[in-house]
Amino acid sequence: MNRPISEFSAHSYRSSWWKRHQARITPWLFLAPGGMLFAIYVIAPIFQSISISFYEWDGLSPASYVGVANYVELMDDEQFYVSLWNNVRWLICFMLAVPIGLGLALFLNQTVFGIRLIKSLFFFPFVISQAVIGLIFTWFYEPNYGVIAPLLSLMGWDGWAILADEDYATYGIIFAGLYPQIAYCMILYLTGLNNISADQIEAGRLDGAKGWALFWNIILPQLRPATFIAIVVTVIGALRSFDMIAIMTQGGPWGSSNVLAYFMFEQALSEYGYRMGYGSAIATILFLIMLVYILYFIFRMYRDEQRGL
Amino acid sequence: MFPTPIERTSIVTRSAYRIILPASLILWLIPLLGVMLTALRGPGDITAGNLWGLPSQWMFLTNMHDVFTNTPMFDFIINSFKITVPTMIGAVALSCMTGFALAAYQFKGNLLLFFIFVAGNFIPFQILMIPVRDLTFQLGLYDTVTGLVMFHVAFQTGFCTLFMRNFIRALPHELFEAARIDGASEFTIFWKIVLPLTRPAIAALCVLIFTFIWNDYFWATVLIQGQHAMPVTAGLKSLNGQWIAAYHLISAGSIVAAIPPVLMFFIMQRHFIAGLTLGANKG
Amino acid sequence: MKKLLTAWATMAGLCLSTASFAGTLVINTDTSDPAPKKAFEMIIKKFEAENPDVTVEWNLFDHEGYKQSIRNFLNTNPPDVANWYAGNRMRPFVKAGLFEDVSDIWAQGGGWNDGELSTSMAHAQKSMTIGGRQWGVPYTYYQWGVYYRKDIFEKLGIAVPKTFDEFVAACAKLKENGVTPITIGSKYLWTTAGVFDYLDLRVNGYEFHMDLTNGKIPYTDPRVNAVFDAWDRLVKPGYFIENHAAYSWQEALTPMVKGEAAMYVMGNFAVAPLREAGLTDDQLGFFQFPEITPGLPMAEEAPTDTVHIPSKAKNKTDAKRFLIFMARADVQEEVNKILGQLPINSGSAVADDKFLKAGNEMLNNAYAMAQFYDRDAPAEMASEGMKGFQEYMVKPERRQKILERLEKTRQRVYK
Repeated sequence: MNRPISEFSAHSYRSSWWKRHQARITPWLFLAPGGMLFAIYVIAPIFQSISISFYEWDGLSPASYVGVANYVELMDDEQFYVSLWNNVRWLICFMLAVPIGLGLALFLNQTVFGIRLIKSLFFFPFVISQAVIGLIFTWFYEPNYGVIAPLLSLMGWDGWAILADEDYATYGIIFAGLYPQIAYCMILYLTGLNNISADQIEAGRLDGAKGWALFWNIILPQLRPATFIAIVVTVIGALRSFDMIAIMTQGGPWGSSNVLAYFMFEQALSEYGYRMGYGSAIATILFLIMLVYILYFIFRMYRDEQRGL
Repeated sequence: MFPTPIERTSIVTRSAYRIILPASLILWLIPLLGVMLTALRGPGDITAGNLWGLPSQWMFLTNMHDVFTNTPMFDFIINSFKITVPTMIGAVALSCMTGFALAAYQFKGNLLLFFIFVAGNFIPFQILMIPVRDLTFQLGLYDTVTGLVMFHVAFQTGFCTLFMRNFIRALPHELFEAARIDGASEFTIFWKIVLPLTRPAIAALCVLIFTFIWNDYFWATVLIQGQHAMPVTAGLKSLNGQWIAAYHLISAGSIVAAIPPVLMFFIMQRHFIAGLTLGANKG
Repeated sequence: MKKLLTAWATMAGLCLSTASFAGTLVINTDTSDPAPKKAFEMIIKKFEAENPDVTVEWNLFDHEGYKQSIRNFLNTNPPDVANWYAGNRMRPFVKAGLFEDVSDIWAQGGGWNDGELSTSMAHAQKSMTIGGRQWGVPYTYYQWGVYYRKDIFEKLGIAVPKTFDEFVAACAKLKENGVTPITIGSKYLWTTAGVFDYLDLRVNGYEFHMDLTNGKIPYTDPRVNAVFDAWDRLVKPGYFIENHAAYSWQEALTPMVKGEAAMYVMGNFAVAPLREAGLTDDQLGFFQFPEITPGLPMAEEAPTDTVHIPSKAKNKTDAKRFLIFMARADVQEEVNKILGQLPINSGSAVADDKFLKAGNEMLNNAYAMAQFYDRDAPAEMASEGMKGFQEYMVKPERRQKILERLEKTRQRVYK
């Protein structure tokens, strides 16, 4: 007679323990699977990579500790500076996607017949993979049978192989990369424009603001969130530029269109290089560059959170 | 609304707009039109330099037939689905949970954890490459679809968590409180209240992840070697080596590779854009 | 009694089944292209027919992906036999202890020896040797040289050049007549190494070339500069096709098919696509890369494909049987008929093909054989070197800067 009761009370004790603590434990239970996977595949590898960068390792023989030798070598590697400079060129030129996207959004922000379809058609290059876009543009640039070959010969630049030209290869790739990126920025701005308060525009108009002044003083400030996101995704896109380079030039000719992301891959994992340590050193530098930017983003988010609370 | 609505402008501007709009659209889509036109051609046109005129032979079906019978393109497409769909389900499921945990509960380190997830999004892939490849190896998953999916799920969880957390946070908190007072367990709240309300967010995420993963090329080259598990992006690149100057086939193949995400976009457009522009209109 | 018999039979059956289990031979190859794939299908069928106690399990890898995969499976999931390449290409695996020493197969009277390898493949032994030991067995190779449009040469009255001066004169004449003398597609870099190798082999000779690729000679050495002096004679007057950095090696075939270019320094694998594109054997010819330094013995470029036993293999006994099988004259003859390449075993007959016969004759009389720059030099050196060659071919005026850069790489790579 006693036993069931004690069992029951034990159960009720347990359940009340659970009840008392469930609000504190539940979030951790919910976080566990995703968080663990994220920690194993994303967080831990960052530290592993940084640590590998102090070793010399070909992935076959045991790794040997070399201190900062990889970084010292990197500082003396011409290809590193070429790649870094190309990264800068990417960053600057890629930024063009933001104003062009904005211009396009303003241009399309009308209500005429079929505008929705037109907007979608302007946007959809974005969903095509960079690998495919890269293939397409590689062929466009082909000096003899390329799509722009007739155009080039019109301008008297017969047989100009843009992707084999050390001075222009990078710009050729960036141009291809801008195509989907502009579409992305455009859609961000279109959404932003949708949410602009009509009252303020009217108020501005009543105050006599017109054209440029209206745009600069009233519209643009309201588009700030869109601008911020557009810059964020464009910077990431520029620094992640790997696919297009891998497809279009493999960093060539002679490394002149290389960027850190591809340079790292080439050193660590391509046919001719298994320098895991050296590759990790490049990756670490790239990571540090990005970290400045990540911290700024997080800081901004933190500020917004504080404001929102 | 900005700029001045077109119907309020002069007739000249209005008619100019009517002409410029379609013209600019055609200009914008020229690269893709070129590809489509080329997919219709035979090899003769390309060697003859006829790139923009009417095709001398209409060979679209022949080209498509070539692509599917002479290459493993069909397997590539299947592989892409085998990689994309599980990743989509996995990442969205996990992030519903993490997003809920971070949005609905106050606990120490909440914000820090959230920011770690957010920061993960911006990390250059290269810093993960060597350790992830090693890990995949040690798990015996190198060169398998599963290995690639595992990584994608983990990485995309970061982005999805950012998305879900912000979405759930914007839900009225009183709903949870009321349910708690009614004696609902935390899990019930998640299952019965939060999940149904986050349906639009889930839909948006699914389309986005589908597109991201379908278009992934980098990880496919790092974690996959053989054609048996290769997705269509990497597969297309490998075929590019075979199709020397066979631009009609490259074009046909590119179209095949682009169709699923493009279809997905046109069908789910509203969700897609809602997902993509998250934050673009919030202060 | 009956019971006893059954028991015996069962036991015998058990023994047999375990024996056949032990007789599973796992082979990994990168032969995903049509001809090599067919060749290995044939090899495996034949081997199984001759060795009924062995079951072959064959894993076919994608040709490109294999370069990565082999690094992994040698450690984690080693097969019993894997194919690879001779020369320095196998050095990392030998150094890491991942390839089995198979010197006993090669050694005279080494127990495994049936007299085949030590005599009939002696000329290839060098390229299989690292540290005085042999690490695999070669089964096919092919020649490099100059493929040319015979009809264009004949039309312009150009004789096949025997010396470099004649070669340069031929280029000049072609150019005068509006034909690009030499086509090349250097987008993927390696084609430039074919030209460099031959120039070095002809200017400085085989020993020097081996010393250079083994890191014993600085790239700033005057003798390396002499190679580029010879190269200058082709690059500076513009004898190579324009925009070659934009083309893959196959794309560079097109001008030759169209008759816009006359020569290509290439491997014999270029013959198949050229024939496919419509060139007949009357239009297409082959000649040995001409002499530069008079009297220097002529070494040739002949990349060799090989089979190896991973040191962690489970069934090394059958693996060695397979390697010996692959070395046999009749097997190599049959394999190379399918591959359209040359057998290494001097006892094998060569297919009835104009280019293979020319190649076979050239290689049989060769002073020595180089494996190709990216197999003779370690991978890191090769990648920098080939980048440098490409840059030089477009910007010959940067020669000194390029060579200084290569020298820096050499000092790092071979330290």
